[in-house]
Amino acid sequence: MTRLRTDSWLRNAATVALLATPALALAAPDLGTAQKQPLNWHAIGMFFVFVLMTLGITYWAAGRSKSASDFYTAGGGITGKQNGLAIAGDFMSAATLLGLTAMIYGDGVDGYIYMVAFFVGWPIILFLMAERLRNLGKFTFADITAYRLSQGPVRTMAAISSLTVVCFYLVAQMVGAGQLIKLLFGLDYNVALVVVGVLMMVYVIFGGMVATTWVQIIKACMLLTGGTAIMLLAFSQFGFSLDTLLAKAMEVHRLGTNMLSPGKLLADPVTALSMGLGLMFGIAGLPHILMRFFTVTNAQEARKSVFYASGIIAFFFNVIAIMGLSAIVLVGTNPEFFEGGVVGGKLIGGGNMVALHLAKAAGGNLLLGFLSAVAFATILAVVAGLALAGASAISHDLYARVIMKGKASEASEIRVSKMATLGLGVVAVLLGMAFEKMNVAFMVALAFGVASCANFPVLLMSMYWKGLTTRGALVGGYTGLISSVLFVVFSKSVWVDVLGNPAALFPYTQPALFAMPLAFLAIYVFSKLDNSAQAQAERAAFDDQYVRAQTGIGAASAAAH
Amino acid sequence: MSNPLYEHIKRDPRYTELVQRRGRFAATLALLVIVVFFSFVLLVAFAPQVIAIRLFEGSHLTVGIVLGFTQFVFFCALTWVYVRRANGEFDVLNAQIVQDALRKTA
Repeated sequence: MTRLRTDSWLRNAATVALLATPALALAAPDLGTAQKQPLNWHAIGMFFVFVLMTLGITYWAAGRSKSASDFYTAGGGITGKQNGLAIAGDFMSAATLLGLTAMIYGDGVDGYIYMVAFFVGWPIILFLMAERLRNLGKFTFADITAYRLSQGPVRTMAAISSLTVVCFYLVAQMVGAGQLIKLLFGLDYNVALVVVGVLMMVYVIFGGMVATTWVQIIKACMLLTGGTAIMLLAFSQFGFSLDTLLAKAMEVHRLGTNMLSPGKLLADPVTALSMGLGLMFGIAGLPHILMRFFTVTNAQEARKSVFYASGIIAFFFNVIAIMGLSAIVLVGTNPEFFEGGVVGGKLIGGGNMVALHLAKAAGGNLLLGFLSAVAFATILAVVAGLALAGASAISHDLYARVIMKGKASEASEIRVSKMATLGLGVVAVLLGMAFEKMNVAFMVALAFGVASCANFPVLLMSMYWKGLTTRGALVGGYTGLISSVLFVVFSKSVWVDVLGNPAALFPYTQPALFAMPLAFLAIYVFSKLDNSAQAQAERAAFDDQYVRAQTGIGAASAAAH
Repeated sequence: MSNPLYEHIKRDPRYTELVQRRGRFAATLALLVIVVFFSFVLLVAFAPQVIAIRLFEGSHLTVGIVLGFTQFVFFCALTWVYVRRANGEFDVLNAQIVQDALRKTA
């Protein structure tokens, strides 16, 4: 019965991409080659207001961003509540909103199961990592992995894997952004990329983490308000009764009552487990998310920020679920939203437009404009966070610690960071242009793969295992990095879809179940085999590190100016 | 060559107690999340028909929806439980240990 899902209704390319690689499509809305729409003045007007507001904040932040700590971590002065909003904002990209609504709309309960998997990493981060991250880290997560290990090689590795994650994620976001903006605003693809690139550089270079955080907070509030408003308006048409909504949705959905049975997304246990692992621990290895833990005052605020973030994310995912269900009835039966007016045919603008069509159906053009502006703002904010994380890996890890061996002045480190942001911005725009016509969903698989299989194992072991040595961290980290990249390259999404080979060498789409244990094993074995004097000193240094991790003594303090 | 402050704390029995109690608490909660979530994933993978069972005759709500929603609420509640205890009880103990160590090694 679950095979019903692969019927002809799915010919819509964007929806197929979503089904085949859901994890991926989320962060990178694969809108196919979106058609350019007429200029949408409501959306442009509201977006313009957002840009003016954020530029004002950047101007204000620029006056307050003087030290390296201001630049990287907003001087450590962000409160738990603010940081919770910012974390939720970083996590809920435009693609989360659009992709998850489309998933519920297309696949019913599969989308909801996927949301649980996407959410469950947060409590784990809180219990296992939040306070240690704050107590040990300063600007980048390599501050933690390199805490008692050899600075040069460990930071080089952390920077390489951070930049890998950031670049893949950035390109995926840029391509998604270009398509989305072309569709929503009627702007040319290349113009859209340049607008995103330039604004992102302005926020980060002039406003540092202060501006990046506040842009993220404002956007998170807009996203919550807009999403909730649409949900309430749509839900009111069903008398706020979930039972009525479900009954009506099943009447009109192509899957009928089967929309509430799990479909192909999780049909295969290996994929289900691998996806669960990758999503759960991938979050705990994303550099732009980890960096948020260094912006709060102390471990107490770090814990609170995860509590707020979890609450906001859980709330919003359920809002999205109701939106998706309502869209089945309000969008799915309205010829206005289908190409040529054929209900059940191709949605205008592609599968990821469900949320926006729903905004129009429930709230008219004004709400559509608002949600479009929110989507654009979301892309900008996420891209800015990514660029800042990438720039700090270059300036704080590679330049200040590896190349200058800790002798770089603060001013020169900040200068390098700003140059790196400029460089990353240009690279992101150029790569975005180069990949315009490609399905970039695999890039998010790569980003999550490297995050969960390279960054996360080394980070976790450095905080928990006394026996970790430089050699173990390096071999394990590179094993995770290389194997996760290879698994994705050999999987269908790259080997067949991008490189055009007839069959995939690796039968699954998610690398985590295979690459993560490999990384942990390599860390363990090579640390155990390492009996050099250096390794013994590294093990001996663990107890002091542990005291700091537990008590916060010696932790980088807030507002050092 | 270790910092005397750290040495002092390491010898403080309250430190051992803090680390043990907080560690056990965090590990229990983490394990709870992992067990609940992966049981759910295995249920979806091996007994998908259970997910579609209606709650009662005439209802359109299913076991899957309720289990999913319950996890959102339950996991959020666990984060609240952890933050409350870690920021309260454990941090009080932590502050005592740190202040004591600072005073004695000053």
